[in-house]
Amino acid sequence: MIEAKGVYFRYPNGVEALRDATIRIDDGELVAIMGPNGAGKTTLVKHFNGLLKPTKGEVFVDGVNTKEVSIASLARKVGYVFQNPDHQLFCESVEEEVAFALRNFGFDEAEVERRVTWVLEFFELTPYKRKSPFTLSVGERKRVTIASIIAWNPKVIILDEPTLGQDYFQKEKLRDFILRLRKRGGTVVLVTHDVEFVSELKPRIVLMADGRVMADGPAESILTDRAILKEASIFPPQIAQVFLELVNVGLPKGVINVEDAKGALLRLLRSMRS
Amino acid sequence: MTIIRANGLTFTYSGQLRPAIEEVHLSIEEGEFVLIAGPSGCGKTTLCRCLNGLIPHFYEGELKGDIFVTGLNVKDHSIRELARYVGMVFQNPENQLFALSVEKDVAFGLENLGLPRSEMMELIEWAMKAVGVYELRDKAPYELSGGQKQRVAIACVLAMKPKVLVLDEPTSSLDPFGARQVLEVVRKLNEELNMTVVLVEHRLDLAVKYATRAIVMNDGRIVLDGDPRDVLSSKEAISIGIDVPKVVKLYRALQEVGLTLSEVPIAAEEMVQLLQEVLKR
Repeated sequence: MIEAKGVYFRYPNGVEALRDATIRIDDGELVAIMGPNGAGKTTLVKHFNGLLKPTKGEVFVDGVNTKEVSIASLARKVGYVFQNPDHQLFCESVEEEVAFALRNFGFDEAEVERRVTWVLEFFELTPYKRKSPFTLSVGERKRVTIASIIAWNPKVIILDEPTLGQDYFQKEKLRDFILRLRKRGGTVVLVTHDVEFVSELKPRIVLMADGRVMADGPAESILTDRAILKEASIFPPQIAQVFLELVNVGLPKGVINVEDAKGALLRLLRSMRS
Repeated sequence: MTIIRANGLTFTYSGQLRPAIEEVHLSIEEGEFVLIAGPSGCGKTTLCRCLNGLIPHFYEGELKGDIFVTGLNVKDHSIRELARYVGMVFQNPENQLFALSVEKDVAFGLENLGLPRSEMMELIEWAMKAVGVYELRDKAPYELSGGQKQRVAIACVLAMKPKVLVLDEPTSSLDPFGARQVLEVVRKLNEELNMTVVLVEHRLDLAVKYATRAIVMNDGRIVLDGDPRDVLSSKEAISIGIDVPKVVKLYRALQEVGLTLSEVPIAAEEMVQLLQEVLKR
């Protein structure tokens, strides 16, 4: 469980990125943190694995104050995948990149190899395993960073803009993976602008603006609330845009993806015919 | 007038066994707004690089076939010459901006052309106004938002008054508002100046409504080419893994259960109208 209580954070250059941010994330939850650039999303999640410590206020991970433990011990529990892959990558080959943290955490070589093989296969990176990560495309580099965190199986995984540079099939794969992690009881925190990606997952959504949490609730209600979304510089998903215009003809509220839209339309048509 | 023509264009990067693009035949008329989509690694970026001479003059490899842009054979003209006719905007604006102010960045390309000062000043002002960054002219790139930076990058190439604007995933690092701003600017340049646009984009929900034509690439080849509605609603587009707009997906999902709407929608407003028709019946 992660708990941020009244967190303020000021960067050395004086920018106050968080102002009284409070949030609680329970084990096994899927949470998407959304909001415009500069809202404080990334600053907030960097507090969850201790990369940043609050200027004022407190953050607890499983009841332990992040100010009282090392980043290394938190990292084992909370894996953070950076938004910009180049802030994370540094090894000479993809394989080494993925193995690096595993060796640091003291896994034996057989286990390191087993995990590296599995995770590279899963993220379709096996053909690149001996290549330098820096020769890969943005989308591929992003997958390397995700793979290298997933490899050590942290209890909480934070993905900062995971869909950046990913094409359709890769996004589908990522979504499948997130759902699989959840089935196993993992906690997943997404920081994203991608409303279409989020609309299929239907997570709890935390909207941020100006360093604080401005709304918190299920995707179906947040992503259909035009007034709140506007304040957070987010457009509703395309299906929500359609259905918001059609509530007056008897379609339900809270429809945000294709599957639910199809179901709702067919139900309405059937009831009209009978 | 045909402004871009490729005949059997094939390019293999040096050190690679398989060509990145293969047997590409393409003809684009002046004033078209062409959207290019396709999965990662399908050859979109390679094709763009052939349009402004980065291939074959900067990237090494073997080029077969021909590519003509504004009547110039790309093989025979330098990147520098081609830059006056083809403006190229990349994924990450930060790779394109480096001066201390917006105005200086926009001036940079022109300074290399050796134009008289008065003409240069006029072009810079015009380009900054056209993309809506004139008010930001004294700001440093790092003071700008992502959407603003990308519009400055467009102004930089616009100042050369190119005939063709090529944009390779220009919105991929932007938030939705920034992305919309950039695409609106591109639409304006296309509609008001009749500038030919070639736009590579993953975010089809935002981009498709501006396009007059859509091309889908897969494995280095053009596999679909035509009206955006037909291309995006085709079975192939979905099986190749194109991120078609959700309204198109809903159209297809309804079709599968026997409910065929009178037209393929490509924007939310269009889907609203189509569904209203059905529900009125």
